[in-house]
Amino acid sequence: MIRLTIAAAMLASAAPVLAETHSVTPGDGAQERLQEALIMAKPGDEIVLAAGRYSLTDGLSLDVDGVTIRGAGMDGTVLDFTTQKGAGEGLLVTSDNVTLRDFALENPKGDGIKSKGADNIIYHRIRVTWTNGPAPTNGAYGIYPVESDGVLVDGAKVSGASDAGIYVGQSNHITVRNSIAEANVAGIEIENSRNALVEHNVATRNTGGILIFDLPGLPVMGGGNVIVANNLVVANDTPNFAPPGNIVAGVRRGTGIMVMANDRVLVEDNILSGNPTAPIMIISYTQAFTDPRYDPFPRNVTVGANLIANGGYDPQLESAEQLLAAFGGELPPLLWDGLGNPTSALYVAPGTKGWTLGLTEQGKGLTGAQPAPLTNVPAPVEIFYREGIGAPPALLERLGG
Amino acid sequence: MKHFAWVACAALAFSGAMVARATPPRSVNEVAITDAAMPRLLSEYGFFTDAPAQLPGKGVTPYRLNTPLFSDGAEKLRFVYVPTGSMARANGENLLDLPVGSALIKTFAFQQDGKRRLIETRVLLHRADGWLALPYLWNDEQTEARLAIAGARLDLVTPKGEAISYRVPNKNQCKECHGLNGVVTPIGPKARNLSRDWLAAMVDAGHLDKLPQDVDQLPVWEDRESANLTAAARAYLDVNCAHCHRPGATASNSGLDLRWEQQDPHAIGIGKRPVAAGRGAGGNLFDIVPGAPDKSIIAYRMSTTEPGVAMPEIGKETVDSDGLAIVRKWIEEMAP
Repeated sequence: MIRLTIAAAMLASAAPVLAETHSVTPGDGAQERLQEALIMAKPGDEIVLAAGRYSLTDGLSLDVDGVTIRGAGMDGTVLDFTTQKGAGEGLLVTSDNVTLRDFALENPKGDGIKSKGADNIIYHRIRVTWTNGPAPTNGAYGIYPVESDGVLVDGAKVSGASDAGIYVGQSNHITVRNSIAEANVAGIEIENSRNALVEHNVATRNTGGILIFDLPGLPVMGGGNVIVANNLVVANDTPNFAPPGNIVAGVRRGTGIMVMANDRVLVEDNILSGNPTAPIMIISYTQAFTDPRYDPFPRNVTVGANLIANGGYDPQLESAEQLLAAFGGELPPLLWDGLGNPTSALYVAPGTKGWTLGLTEQGKGLTGAQPAPLTNVPAPVEIFYREGIGAPPALLERLGG
Repeated sequence: MKHFAWVACAALAFSGAMVARATPPRSVNEVAITDAAMPRLLSEYGFFTDAPAQLPGKGVTPYRLNTPLFSDGAEKLRFVYVPTGSMARANGENLLDLPVGSALIKTFAFQQDGKRRLIETRVLLHRADGWLALPYLWNDEQTEARLAIAGARLDLVTPKGEAISYRVPNKNQCKECHGLNGVVTPIGPKARNLSRDWLAAMVDAGHLDKLPQDVDQLPVWEDRESANLTAAARAYLDVNCAHCHRPGATASNSGLDLRWEQQDPHAIGIGKRPVAAGRGAGGNLFDIVPGAPDKSIIAYRMSTTEPGVAMPEIGKETVDSDGLAIVRKWIEEMAP
């Protein structure tokens, strides 16, 4: 018995300082109380946001590693930024190993939650909503991890973003899954990022459902190694409401899954329906550029078997009527712009019908387009190499499986 | 010459205060600067012999920047403290290399009812584990400033007569501007933005090891109309934007690099498309369109106070019309 007590005491003394829980409630002074908790937290601490509506006037920020912010559910705890007066986002995270879960943000003036240089971050059951519906005056991104290694977005729900609902930029080892992106310009966008897995999401009522982009002139370049699988991409038919000037302002209403200028992308086992311009679109970067590091063409893009219905029936394209007439009333579900290496830009599983714009020069828009059915595209020749794609296993374990 | 007179003036005021009080100036509490704690009160540091009057204590030196950061027209009183027995080291045109134990102190004040009202004092403390930025909020009685790590908002009127809800940044927001490669760093006291005379006086006083090279490059803001236009505009952008818009800082992902030394036209925004500007682009396609300020995103974002559009994102409740004018003029006269 005595031995046991001693052993217990030794155990206790060897244990690290216990993580603390800081509870925050809505009401008067919520801005200061919540921000103070975010600042005073120590690594490993948990900040618990009681249910209710928090009226906030300024952006919040977290800069402590290993902190969890936990609400009482994405419908229970609401951080309301309707009266926000300053800052570029609702919540900014700049520390590593942070878990954000079970709360919502409404009407942030800029972006919803931005995490920058925040490695191994989890967004779990986070909701970001612009409650007035799609509008160019809404903020740009709902969930916005950037320049980070290790990103897991799980069970999130974003609607109304005037750019992308869930946007992962200039990052590595990413999983976006089980999430709903509705009524944004772009539902889910992976940009200048590597090793991303986008699976089991619903993208609907966006202008474009899921976009895999690579752009020139950014600090992090060379997007690729991306899997888009088992997503429900339906009825993405909201007219583009992005403010002009942004790359997504060029996305045509009714785009399902779009891959632009990436290397090694697999699009497989998705269900696509009601995407009236093109269920799947594989294209080059459309504009002129000077960045010598940049490859504007799609490379090694594999379109496997997908379940596709009701696509390409109302394309937002020049000469749409002639195109529809030429293709018998509905465009084939896969659209390629025709640019890139004809033998390795694109691999398409047998049975997927496509067409090409027949472009011959990058950066010239649709000038010189010679639309034609897609023929002689090679079929996938090897198993897509998946090792290292997706968020690190430790992130999935932190979430509890 | 102007700077020298200014420093001399401050020194006079300081010695005058000493004589008037006939007491030795309180010395700075160096432990408060270097200790792990966050002092709750500004007075604990002992930076001032008379804090309400902003009269610095022994070893605390006032300074100004040639081109300063705009903060809603606040009067800003800047001081540097270098600890006893050590000195700052010159580092070319860049930031003075301030030793551990140093502090940078900046008080923000506005006029109210014909008197100067102190709003906040921000301190940057150089500790063994790096720099720490803390904001202190002055009380209504103007007798003491108290640590406000969560920041605050208060209503006041700017020198231009604009009624604003002034934002005192929280501790994390300090890092939004002062963060570089993940750590807090000073921004202001770069040799290129400090007067030669002031630097020479720092050397004479034993606070600085030698006069840095390439000092005093940025034009004095009040003299901007007679200065080289490009220099005036680039100085403004360097001081007001480049702490975020540079590699390793808060807005690095934009790819926009507005540092004084950046010479690549695309990197400073000429013909550069936005990345994550959202509605901040205001319908424009490029950060800078030579000859066309009305089509340039930089000018658009400077011209508004709307959250989510306005630049800078924090520390600004009003448009800096003087800064906007010089940047617009620079873009206007830029050859296409």
